[in-house]
Formats: sequence, C-alpha cells, structure tokens
Amino acid sequence: MKVSENLNMAVKNLAANKIRSLLTMLGVIIGVAAVIDMVALGEGAKRQVTSNISAMGSNLVMVFSGMGSRQGGSFGGGQPLTNDILPTIEYASSKITLIAPEASRNLVVGNNDSSMVSSVVGCTLPYFKMRNYQVAQGRTFSESELNARSRVAVIGSYLAEQLFSGSDPVGQDLKVGGIFRFQIVGVLKEKGQNGASNSDNMVLIPLATAQQRIFGNRNLSTIYVQADSDQDVSMVYNGVYTALLAKFKDESKFTLRNQAEILSTVEQTTKTFTLLLAGIAAVSLLVGGIGIMNIMLVSVTERIKEIGVRKAIGAEKSEILTLFLIEAVGLSLMGGLIGIILGWILAALISHFSGWATVISLNSILISFGFSIMVGLFFGGYPAYKAAGLHPIEALRHE
Amino acid sequence: MIAIENLAKIYQMGDTEVRALDKVSLSVDEGAMVAIMGPSGSGKSTFMNIIGCLDQPSAGSYRLNGSEVAKLNEVEQARLRIREIGFVFQSFNLLSNLTALQNVELPLIYAGLGARERQVLALEALRKMGLEKRVHHRPRELSGGQQQRVAIARALVNRPKLLLADEPTGNLDSKASVEIMAIFQELHCEGMTLVLVTHENDIAGFTQRIIRFCDGKIVADESNRQVIIKKEVPA
Repeated sequence: MKVSENLNMAVKNLAANKIRSLLTMLGVIIGVAAVIDMVALGEGAKRQVTSNISAMGSNLVMVFSGMGSRQGGSFGGGQPLTNDILPTIEYASSKITLIAPEASRNLVVGNNDSSMVSSVVGCTLPYFKMRNYQVAQGRTFSESELNARSRVAVIGSYLAEQLFSGSDPVGQDLKVGGIFRFQIVGVLKEKGQNGASNSDNMVLIPLATAQQRIFGNRNLSTIYVQADSDQDVSMVYNGVYTALLAKFKDESKFTLRNQAEILSTVEQTTKTFTLLLAGIAAVSLLVGGIGIMNIMLVSVTERIKEIGVRKAIGAEKSEILTLFLIEAVGLSLMGGLIGIILGWILAALISHFSGWATVISLNSILISFGFSIMVGLFFGGYPAYKAAGLHPIEALRHE
Repeated sequence: MIAIENLAKIYQMGDTEVRALDKVSLSVDEGAMVAIMGPSGSGKSTFMNIIGCLDQPSAGSYRLNGSEVAKLNEVEQARLRIREIGFVFQSFNLLSNLTALQNVELPLIYAGLGARERQVLALEALRKMGLEKRVHHRPRELSGGQQQRVAIARALVNRPKLLLADEPTGNLDSKASVEIMAIFQELHCEGMTLVLVTHENDIAGFTQRIIRFCDGKIVADESNRQVIIKKEVPA
C-alpha cells in the first residue's frame, strides 16, 4: 500500500473533524507565530542598532578615560581625560582627518512652561559631521561663537517637540541646568532611537561654553577620532594607543574603542536577547505538541473499533502506524504553516503600529517549521504506536 | 478447505486457566455452508477468530487450502486475510465517515490496487448486492439490511475463497435476516465456502451442516437435511 493512500485517508479524517483539528493545531500555530515574531523583533532591534552605529562610519576610533581595566561595559571611573590630551592625539598619526571631543552630562533643560532631562553635549563643529547630525531648522553654531563661549544651542527634534510643541524654537530661549539661559539657533533632523541614548533628546552647545560656563572643568567624556579611510583605522588606532601609552605610561588610564568592536559587542548583546525571547516562545511550541498528543490519544481511543475493522480487512500494523503518524504530523505541519503566515502578518502589524523594526529571518521560519514537524512525529508517535499495537479482536469488541 | 486438528486456545486469567478451545478437530470442504452454534462462552467466537486468522491458537494445527497457518506472525496473517478471507460482523462495522463505495474500496486499498481499478471492482460488488443506487450514501443513511449488504460487498470485493460471518443477522429484523441469508445461499451456490456463527436455529436452518460448541468442545456435528431454500431477490 502506498503512502499516498494513507495520506489521502488521513486528510479525509482530519477534514471530517475540522473544529477539533483547528483547535489541536492552535497550540502549534501560536508557538510558531511566537517564535517567528520574537526572533523578528530581536533581529529588527539588532538591525536598527547596528545600522545606526554603522551610519557613524566604520572609520571612527573613540577614546574614553580609563577605568582600571579593559573589561566591563561602562566607561569612566578613573581619572578623566581633559583638553590637554588633544594635541597628543592629533599628532599620533598622519592618517587622522578629524578630531571631535565631547563633554556631556544629563541636565534638566526647559523653557518657562516646561522642563525635562536631556543630554547636554559640549562639542565642536566636526562633531556634527562625524555623528551625522544634520540641522533641519536654523543653523549650527559658528566658529566665532565656539571661541567666544557663546550661549547658543542646537536641540534635538524630540526635545523641540516636547518643549515648544509646534511653535518654532529657533530664536527662543532655553534654560539649561536651571540657571543658564541659552539661545536656540537650530533644530536637528529626527534620527530615531539609537540603542541606549535617544539622539533626538539632546542639546548641543559649544565645547568651551559647556566646560567653562556649566560643568566648570576641562574634562572630556569622549574623543572621536576619524581616520582618512576604513583601511587606516587600525593604523590610527595603533598610533593613538602608542601616543597615549607614552603619555600616561599606564594602559589603564585610557580606553580605546573602534566601531567594529562596539558593533560586535552590540551584536552579541542583541543575539543573547533574541535567543532568550525565542527560547520562551519555543516553550509554547512544546505545549502545542503536548496538545497534539492529547488529541491523538483521544482519537485513538475513539477509533479503536475503526482500527479493528481496518486490521480485520487486512491492514498491517505498519499501515495503521503510518496512518496515525501522518495525521499527527499533518496537524503539526498545517499548524506550522498557518503559524508562519500568522507570525508574518503579526510582525507586519507590530511594525506598523508600534514602529518597532521587525525582520523575519529565514532561519526562524525553517527552524520553527522543522521543529513543528518534529513535535508532530514525537508527540504523535506514542498514540500511533498504541493504535498500531491493538489486537484486532479486542479492538473489534470495543464499544 | 479448512482442516483443523487438536486446536486449543488457552487464556491465563489470574491463577486459573481458561480453555476457550479444547482440542477441537474439524474439517470443512470447499464450497460448504456451515453454521456454528452454541451458548455464549462456548468458544465459537474464539474458533471463528482463529479460522479467520485474527488470532493464533495456543496449540494444534490449522491448514487453510493445504498450507499451515497456525504459526503465522501478525504481518503474514494480515496478508492472508486480504487475499483469502472475507469478514461479516454482527454490527456491520462500516466506517461511519466513509461512503458505501469508500467502505467497499478499503480492502482494495490495503491490497495495493490503483484508484480506477478499485472503483470498478467496488461498484461491481455493490451492484451484486443490489446497492448501485446507494453507493454514495454514508452508513447512517442506510437501513440495517443495506448496511449489512455493504459489509458483505466489502468482504467479497477481494474475491476471497472463505467468507466468515459472526452473527450476521443479530442486529437485523426477520425480513432483512432472510434477505441476508438468501444472499449467503446464492454465494454458496456460486461455490463460496461460508462459515457463520449464530445462536438462532432459524438462521442455522439455512445451512447444510450445523456444528454445536459447548465449553470449548464440539458436542454435535450434524448435517441439516431440511435446508430452508429462500430465493429472494434483494430489494
């Protein structure tokens, strides 16, 4: 007897119990859809974060103050870097195009009506170019304002919307840290969420103004160093490293990072996160499989007489086994397919309504589909084995 | 056709041994029509199951068409059932979600026939039972007599040499019972070997030989001199 005949009979039987078949599949449907959506969300977040980091350019080297050791995730804690270090870095390598120091702190900013916490960043003009900040309204500050320690500010789009809600912020006053009054000269283009910090919620002011008028010291939180090209990054990295080591005589006094390193750290983190989410979703797939076993066991009990009849008229043990196994795998397979379609639709809806990026990965489809077949085989196996092992006479006598 | 020697079936129930069949010897010629009678628990059903290759004897010899079948394994028994034996049951045992035609096709599916061939053979078997207008009905849309005729068509569709019927009229009214027995007699006339279990003397009266079982033994084996001949065309 051909497998196709068994397939045909299995389909007829499943179709005869449509509601039951659908309910049985529901567990697998939800499980597969959950796995696909969780992975899609994780992948989407990863894609967005890495693309934001990559947008900064892969030819950047960042210098932070040391923290005693090169392990760990947070920077700072050691002796801070100051403006004095800039010339050392500048002459560290001939392949350096730009240097952009940054001094930043979270402060309360606001106008007369409202206020909120924002990241106040003291920077110089190359910083805009390097971080790819473009001005949507107004202008950036000028060279002379930079040198004159002027109280001018360029603010992020989110901040502009929150504080000025619709009216043009350019030309208006901004209070920083409660007492310092700044004039807004420009608003940045919207950039969207960027990993840990929201680059739409920030106030950019001249570095000298920030250091001397607000923070009251000459500390720098980050120094961005741009190499001539991607190929020169390691040369610049090594040059800066050698120069700083010569200056501090201690490796733990400074920290050096390039974009590739940061990218791989972020990828590692989001990967762990995605795996965690997928793992939780996989549990529901497993529960779906137990649902299939449950129903198949009921189905075997219900159809004992049918099994007896089939055996009496000549069905072999293996043919009964195949029939029930095909039904179980058919259920989980259909569930898997519907789950994939549902997951796809859900992911699109999530993206549409919440704005979170989702990326359906082929791997998650293949794995969850393969997993649902395995679930059918594994959880359908026992009921099918039970059905096939029934003695024809006892099965026929069953009422 | 059937040659049985010292056939025994022993069940172990706790400490006690139940001898469902106790050294039964019997032979049935090809083309014979035999009734097996006896009270419940007499071993007649066990006997039917063994000659139908649904069960294995504990001891003894069973030769079907000259070949020893008592020691066959499950798979070999299944293959033998497809080719050689047709079953008719008291409660019809049709699959309720299949049509009459699909029910009759079932043994042919397990015999490995193609779809077209199956349909031709199944339709022919149903036509022979006078059910050509009912082929696409499901069992619940048919009367008891019609259902039993579908079951007979299913038993015959593989052209077996031996037809076994376990209380075939037990769930039928007297009119339908007579119809079914008429069909069996017609098959008998065509040369089919028939063995049927019954506890009704009227039904046994349609056969030429009546074997009585009691406590796992044959207590009587008599030929029936006044066979009721009821030739009735099935409705």
